[in-house]
Amino acid sequence: MKFTTTLLASSAIVGAGTLAFADAHGNMAKEMTLVSWGGAYQSSQDKAYVQPYLGMNSDVSAVWDESSAEAVAKLRAMNEAGNVTWDLVDVVAADAIRLCDEGLAMEIDADEVLAAAPDGTPASEDFGDLLVSDCFIPQIVYSTTFGYRTDMVGDTPPTKICDVFDLEAYPGKRALEKRPINNMEWALLCDGVEKADVYDVLATPEGQEKALAKLGTIKDSVIWWSAGADTPQLLADGEIVMGSTYNGRLFSVIEEQKQPVAMLWDAQVFDLDGWIIPAGLPADRLARVMDFVKFATDTQRLADQSQYISYGPARLSSAPMVGKHADLGIDMAPHMPTDPKNAENTFLYNYEFWADYRDDIDAKFQAWLAQ
Amino acid sequence: MVALTPISRKPVSFYVPVTAAAGAVAGLFVGTANGSGLLGVVIGAVVMAALAFVLTKVVRNETISRWVTLIGLAVVGYFMGGIPAMLIGAAFGWFFGWFVFWLYEGRYRAKVAPYLTPGQVLWHFTFRVICGAIFVFLITPILVVMPLSFNAENFFTFTPEMLRFDPAGYSLKHYKDFFNSSDWQGAVWNSLKIAPAATLLSVSFGTLAAIGLSQPHVPFRRAIMAVLISPMIVPLIISAAGMYFFYSRVGLQGTTLGVILAHAALGIPFVIITVTATLVGFDRSLTRAAANMGANPVTTFFRVQMPLILPGVISGGLFAFITSFDEVVVVLFVGSAGQKTLPWQMFTGLREQISPTILAVATILVGISICLLTVVELLRRRSERLRGMSPG
Repeated sequence: MKFTTTLLASSAIVGAGTLAFADAHGNMAKEMTLVSWGGAYQSSQDKAYVQPYLGMNSDVSAVWDESSAEAVAKLRAMNEAGNVTWDLVDVVAADAIRLCDEGLAMEIDADEVLAAAPDGTPASEDFGDLLVSDCFIPQIVYSTTFGYRTDMVGDTPPTKICDVFDLEAYPGKRALEKRPINNMEWALLCDGVEKADVYDVLATPEGQEKALAKLGTIKDSVIWWSAGADTPQLLADGEIVMGSTYNGRLFSVIEEQKQPVAMLWDAQVFDLDGWIIPAGLPADRLARVMDFVKFATDTQRLADQSQYISYGPARLSSAPMVGKHADLGIDMAPHMPTDPKNAENTFLYNYEFWADYRDDIDAKFQAWLAQ
Repeated sequence: MVALTPISRKPVSFYVPVTAAAGAVAGLFVGTANGSGLLGVVIGAVVMAALAFVLTKVVRNETISRWVTLIGLAVVGYFMGGIPAMLIGAAFGWFFGWFVFWLYEGRYRAKVAPYLTPGQVLWHFTFRVICGAIFVFLITPILVVMPLSFNAENFFTFTPEMLRFDPAGYSLKHYKDFFNSSDWQGAVWNSLKIAPAATLLSVSFGTLAAIGLSQPHVPFRRAIMAVLISPMIVPLIISAAGMYFFYSRVGLQGTTLGVILAHAALGIPFVIITVTATLVGFDRSLTRAAANMGANPVTTFFRVQMPLILPGVISGGLFAFITSFDEVVVVLFVGSAGQKTLPWQMFTGLREQISPTILAVATILVGISICLLTVVELLRRRSERLRGMSPG
């Protein structure tokens, strides 16, 4: 009895403290919890727009939480517990769509919430097709693609995605992501399926068998990865000849860490990453986060981010402003996945297809892995 | 007694095959490292059998034989893989030079009892080899981490420079990273705030509970004990999820106080167990004697009981501290970004970017853990000494 009373009393004090804190500073909260992926990507966000924002609003502070990988599960739990502690969450587009469907993310009107381009183009046109969900505020375009060890491929480095499946020309281990997405598309493409037909074929059980059979030809030489950092580590070790990962990770291995690695851009798969605002934020925190997000996704800020990491800005109007790397001083444009030379043959992550087929193909893929 | 065990030279049919077997094991490692384990086994067995025969039958002089083996294998190692392989080769050479004559001269028999059958002698040494292998198996992962933390590159890789012992391959940059990064320093600071506070709570509550539960007249002692120890038995993820929902409702989720309370709950069982164990050896007539002299229960506790059970309290406290300091699951649920502790930072760092900064931190933590465990061991010895002196 006594214990419960003490507990309730202490929680009342904590609660009262929070309320007083919010009231004393007008209608905008003074603290933001931003959720992101950690590593070089988070630090690019920090340098490009969080630090400048804090510089302009010296009474505000921001805390980073590196929980984007489990954002969906955590937001569900927070919602159930009635205690949403995050203010702005960085997620991939597929997660944003799920969160939006479940009502865990707030729907926004892009033209109202986001800044227009410098020439007055409204945000909805500036982001264009990349606004894949009503809750999603895109920041970057990244791609999943291959890197290979330049010292392990002889005189003829791989140039085509199908070289990944060619064990005779490029013997050695490969690293592939431990999930069907992307791998199935690549397998079909290298099994003679036309690019335009890939998803039609993959929708049929025979097509899925075909893709798994093609993957089966290299299964013994595959190391399956699940974290974006795995492939760079394996490449640096020389454990693998080639491996897929996010293009920014490969940029870091090649240009920052100076490892003997090169990019294989063929059939890279574009995907989007951006912010969502959790549903049900109190008014003061919502006002703060709206203010921040308008600043953080304007044309200049998204262009600034590309000084720190080789991901393409999601706004059309930012593209001409991409400059040099902040520390290395090299031109960033040729390292962007969207650069015309790199983007000769690309896929865009097919959200509708994978939303419909993901569970089914996932189950088959996992069963196939275990065989 | 033992010295009387007869020592005699052994026949070729004994020591050559045994040396060959040891050579096969060594060859397995060398061969696997160079591409073919099977070939390594065969070469190792043949070379060592030949070596054993030549050393004992042709060279005969032990000192010369041992130096020749050591230098010979070191040179072979150098040509196979440079300086690191040379050191390994020298170690193998030293071992085999000693091993051949140890068998040949029958010295292995000297230290074991004279009445043992050959089978028992074999088991005597096999047992030691197995123990050594288990020790190596347990300790190697920790030892590998330490040199890697001085890597000059940003990967978990023994670079060619490191293997050549080139100073350029080593650097303290990951340690610098750790000391200069606000993320890591914030995490250390949080851990240093949370762990001692949680330890203090665990020790106070745990000691009181243990003393209460050791009183014979307390009803339902076993049931209460089981409930108090349950945080140790219930899977951590279950406790963590439960705490998350409860703390969210009462407003403790995402506060330092919440994390401290959660860690205290995890630490209490350790304190209860160690203090209960110490209390078994505590002589209750001492408290009666104190009461007889006019001391009230509180004075008795602090002046008589506490000093005697102190080793148990301290070692329980150390376990509680380590539990909190190493804990990642509960803090991921109960804490928010403002309470990011060291293990949490390591967890996210390892998942999102494999950076050797984690190895530097791990090396520092291993050092701290060794210090703490040494303290526990010293206290345990002191407690045993005291118990030996206490009456009854």
